[in-house]
Amino acid sequence: MNAPEKQPGMGASVRRKEDYRFLTGNGQYTDDVRVPGQTYAYFVRSPHAHAKIRKINKGAAMKAPGVLAIFTGEDLAADKVNGLPCGWLITDVKGQPMKEPPHPALAQGKVRYVGDQVAVIVAETYLQAKDAGELLEVEYETLPAVVDASDALNPGAPAVHDGVPDNRCYLWSLGDKAAVEATFAKAHQVTKIDITNNRMIPNAIEPRAALAHYHRGDDSYTLYVTSQNPHLERLLLTAFVLGLPEHKMRVIAPDVGGGFGSKIPLYAEETVIAWASKKVNRPIKWTAERSESFLADAHGRDHRTHAELAMDKDGKFLGLRVKTTANLGAYLSTLGSVVPTYLYGTLLAGQYTTPAIYVEVDAAFTNTAPVDAYRGAGRPEATYVLERLVSAAAREMRLDQAEIRRRNFITTFPYQTPVALQYDTGDYKACLDKAMKLADVAGFPARRAEAEKRGKRRGLGYSTYIEACGAAPSKIAGMLGARAGLYEAGEVRVHPTGSVTVFTGSHSHGQGHETTFAQVVAGRFGIPIESVDVVHGDTGRIPFGMGTHSSRSIAVGGSAIVKALDKIEAKGKKIAAHLLEAAETDIEFKDGKFTVAGTDKSVTFGQVALTAYVPHNYPLDKLEPGLNETAFYDPLNFTYPAGAHICEVEVDPDTGVVKIVNFSAVDDFGNIINPMIVQGQVHGGLGQGIGQALLENCVYDRETGQLVTGSYMDYAMPRADDLPSFKVGTHVTPCTHNPLGVKGCGEAGAIGSPPAVINAIIDALAPLGVTHLDMPASPERVWRAIQQAKRTKVA
Amino acid sequence: MSISVSMNVNGKAVGAQIDARMLLVQFIREHLGLTGTHVGCDTAQCGACTVFVNGNAVKSCSALAVQFEGAQVTTIEGIASANGEMHPMQAAFKECHGLQCGFCTPGMVMSAIDLVKRNGKALTETSIREGLDGNFCRCTGYHNIVKAVQMGAANMKGV
Amino acid sequence: MYAFEFHRPKNVSEAAALLAKSKGKLIAGGQTLVGTLKLRLASPGNLIDLGGIGELRGIKREGNAIVIGATTRHAEVAQSPEVRKAIPALADLAGGIGDRQVRNMGTLGGSVANNDPAACYPAAVLGLGATVHTNKRTIAADDFFKGMYETALQADEIVTAISFPVPKRAAYIKFCNPASRFALVGVFVSQGASGVRVAVTGAASSVFRASEMEQALTKNFSPDAVKAIKVDPGRLNSDLHASAEYRSHLIIVLTGRAVAQALGQ
Repeated sequence: MNAPEKQPGMGASVRRKEDYRFLTGNGQYTDDVRVPGQTYAYFVRSPHAHAKIRKINKGAAMKAPGVLAIFTGEDLAADKVNGLPCGWLITDVKGQPMKEPPHPALAQGKVRYVGDQVAVIVAETYLQAKDAGELLEVEYETLPAVVDASDALNPGAPAVHDGVPDNRCYLWSLGDKAAVEATFAKAHQVTKIDITNNRMIPNAIEPRAALAHYHRGDDSYTLYVTSQNPHLERLLLTAFVLGLPEHKMRVIAPDVGGGFGSKIPLYAEETVIAWASKKVNRPIKWTAERSESFLADAHGRDHRTHAELAMDKDGKFLGLRVKTTANLGAYLSTLGSVVPTYLYGTLLAGQYTTPAIYVEVDAAFTNTAPVDAYRGAGRPEATYVLERLVSAAAREMRLDQAEIRRRNFITTFPYQTPVALQYDTGDYKACLDKAMKLADVAGFPARRAEAEKRGKRRGLGYSTYIEACGAAPSKIAGMLGARAGLYEAGEVRVHPTGSVTVFTGSHSHGQGHETTFAQVVAGRFGIPIESVDVVHGDTGRIPFGMGTHSSRSIAVGGSAIVKALDKIEAKGKKIAAHLLEAAETDIEFKDGKFTVAGTDKSVTFGQVALTAYVPHNYPLDKLEPGLNETAFYDPLNFTYPAGAHICEVEVDPDTGVVKIVNFSAVDDFGNIINPMIVQGQVHGGLGQGIGQALLENCVYDRETGQLVTGSYMDYAMPRADDLPSFKVGTHVTPCTHNPLGVKGCGEAGAIGSPPAVINAIIDALAPLGVTHLDMPASPERVWRAIQQAKRTKVA
Repeated sequence: MSISVSMNVNGKAVGAQIDARMLLVQFIREHLGLTGTHVGCDTAQCGACTVFVNGNAVKSCSALAVQFEGAQVTTIEGIASANGEMHPMQAAFKECHGLQCGFCTPGMVMSAIDLVKRNGKALTETSIREGLDGNFCRCTGYHNIVKAVQMGAANMKGV
Repeated sequence: MYAFEFHRPKNVSEAAALLAKSKGKLIAGGQTLVGTLKLRLASPGNLIDLGGIGELRGIKREGNAIVIGATTRHAEVAQSPEVRKAIPALADLAGGIGDRQVRNMGTLGGSVANNDPAACYPAAVLGLGATVHTNKRTIAADDFFKGMYETALQADEIVTAISFPVPKRAAYIKFCNPASRFALVGVFVSQGASGVRVAVTGAASSVFRASEMEQALTKNFSPDAVKAIKVDPGRLNSDLHASAEYRSHLIIVLTGRAVAQALGQ
């Protein structure tokens, strides 16, 4: 397919339609919803990382004021409630299915991480439920815990699940091992690194919440929940866990205050209160306290990797081998298994022509919170490995960081990587060149010299990343183990007077779909954007769709809407042909008008809409009335956003404090509909990526398994004064296989930025002898690296 | 323990018998039904709950309602004009795309207004960034929030 | 939060009587206490609110000292022209506590009575050799801070004001914990009528004076004077954010920088 032409409605920074309600306090988030008679749930959580539950005595707690019911894992089991499912089956190196131990919504017999749900208390008020929680007597027999994935895979480590004595969920591989070995045998130079991708806690500012309402009258449920994918949530909850028909549950994800992956999974809390709301025949609300979010939201990243790059004498990459240990946490979360495999290993070609790549991932259960998608999900981990390795290789080969990248860029498309993906298009050199201009690389030596006079060290760090977005062609996903399809749905409902409501399976929790999607529709129909409203997040209103994750909304959800628009236009032409007494093939649609080609005879979009609904003069023998179309779109390929990020840091060698003085990002997202929103997505991703590189770190105590960073007092969230203003730019190569030519922009910032930051710090400190740093590059870590280098130099 | 409390919220006198444990934010959200003020943490860091008490920005999640007997409280619902026209700071956030998911936004806007009132228009990018240290945003990377505060400051009259 | 009785005394003696009788806790701004209650880390039974007692709030100059009432907010101290003129380091310190919203609620007396090992105010009290006034007596700074969250205050004693002598020069430099923004290490340096004082917060179980540095700076009040000094990490905190060794290094670096700042360098 050729690159699509630019569509109408694209390219304008339309201010967001959703902002007024958010800015005036009129947003409606899950915790804002109140229904008559609602009760409150408090979850009693495990204080231990690993323990047997010997006995639970409900007696005293049941007698506490206001308590309506207390349920434990036994109650769920008695009702044949299933465990929480994992959405992706990974097949290991031996062709065996991954180990999939049960994931009960309330612990059964054993708790496996601090925060694991043990019981739920339902009471008239939240304080009453919480007070009663302290009276619930749970007798534990503590067991040794293991929180580090490498420790968990050591022989003799405590088994998190009795059925998985070695804690190994799978050992997975991708690529041609023999071919890679051959390249290393003839390499001129091999660069090796050992790095950690620090564990993250997603920290959407809205804590998770749910309100479950059972309606006895028709034996149905309404569930309000902080979800990025209400239909997926409903499917898993009804068909897989509770054994209910889908049509008996309506899932509403209203305004959702940020997701970043952490609101994809089906969680225990909403599962339990949905089930319990029937038991107590009352609506039940649960809202996480932030401390609970730290303990029980799905975490992200947590990889340890050894990687080696083989090069010839000119710095051309010959082969790459990667061995990663991934921490999955105590249970398989909804997408836990696929993040460190198909969302990771397939990205290791990056922007380079490396002909042979082999990756092995050893994935372990540990006594920590489940690990799942966090902004980028697998792709930041791959980028971090590759871009750290490439910059290390440049230093070892005495090549400039930009030059080594240029020598290895893929320049012809489509390009088949040795790790399964086929890139459709891109121009990596153009992005890098633009980024270097934006970053004023030419002026860097002078800035470095000036900083040195002040006793500070400056460095530049590069990262040229690629991501695979717009997940995903269902057939390929299915072959690789996905247990669901990955298409998206859109319905375009034209009203009689020509205004439009769009129903999308994508979900907006900050991305601005209500504006971007409206722009696509308004531009196509030639109507004001005020005439288009976008509805999302309610299974009672929207068609079945897979929701918002992996930067897929515009590429997949937007394409579904375009397909529906195509159908509307086709039908509109038929109606117009009838009204204009012309042949359908002679009708053209442009700027909101159906025109007979070559004439001035035309009808407006509004007239056609009205005719469709008031079909007094209408070809009823050939055409149904109405103007309302639904389309499902299954992508033909992933999309491949790519870009170049350049970070400039200034390090205070006396304290180790790193300041980002300049951050430039040039990204290729294909065609862009709303540049303002796209830039905002980049900024946010950069904030999270820089947060990971400099500040954020989830730490469990290695002995006790307690979460050490259990609040904002210890988990360092980026604040405004931790970050710089960003310089962002774009370069456009339109995606070749979707109708809008778009690629997706949600995760790029978080994917590209971490290695740019760390490479910059290493560049700054390389003259002192520093060659390695792990994230987060805290002041003490940087200071120690300097001290260590000094000692090594002296020795 | 039940205790009486009365205050003025967004220009309206309100009073109630409440549990002394009730936080100011619970009083605002649950008792008054003003759900624009949000709760994002339990350690007084995120600032999503920021409101004005007697003209000063405070975190309503880390104060008891009973501490504010007789106080003048303004929430995000109380800063636009009666006809719904947004306050210049709200308008600046929209114009500069200073919000995404909207959850931190009410607290961020309240904090920004307080910052401008205290510092006048002589705010620099650095002083704005430092001045927003009591508010977390996870979506925007703060870039456009800083721009919005600059624009809001320029457009706020009488500062 | 556990249930409690809430009291609103009108003056200090009423508050003291309630405190003696109920064995409850005083609440002023509540910026530490409410958080503690929310996390159910304390169950005081009675809360005695000092917020309505006007006599506890305010800033005035008395001779060669700045006297600040116990319930004066951090923001009021930071913005006070009186404080800014006499002891700019104190205004700066107050303006760097917590965040803007916290400074609008948090109080001097609350911070000092709580004696959080990472709080800023104790460094100013000790670093300026201030005097703590209570409803019963006056306590010299050197006698006030007793250990982690411990002070010389008796169970029914209420801090009413603190009197800060105006130094010749002073400066406070805080190295923030990147998460909480409390002091990972904070150093308050002053040179005044009672000589040179160096108070360190955030680094140990309680604020302390760095006597070796005071001696060195007494001889030569310059940044270079402290460079060669080693602070024994043995008595310092080690935690997630900083090891004792790193803190000991920071104390030296920050003291040097504080001296430079005090000298206007």
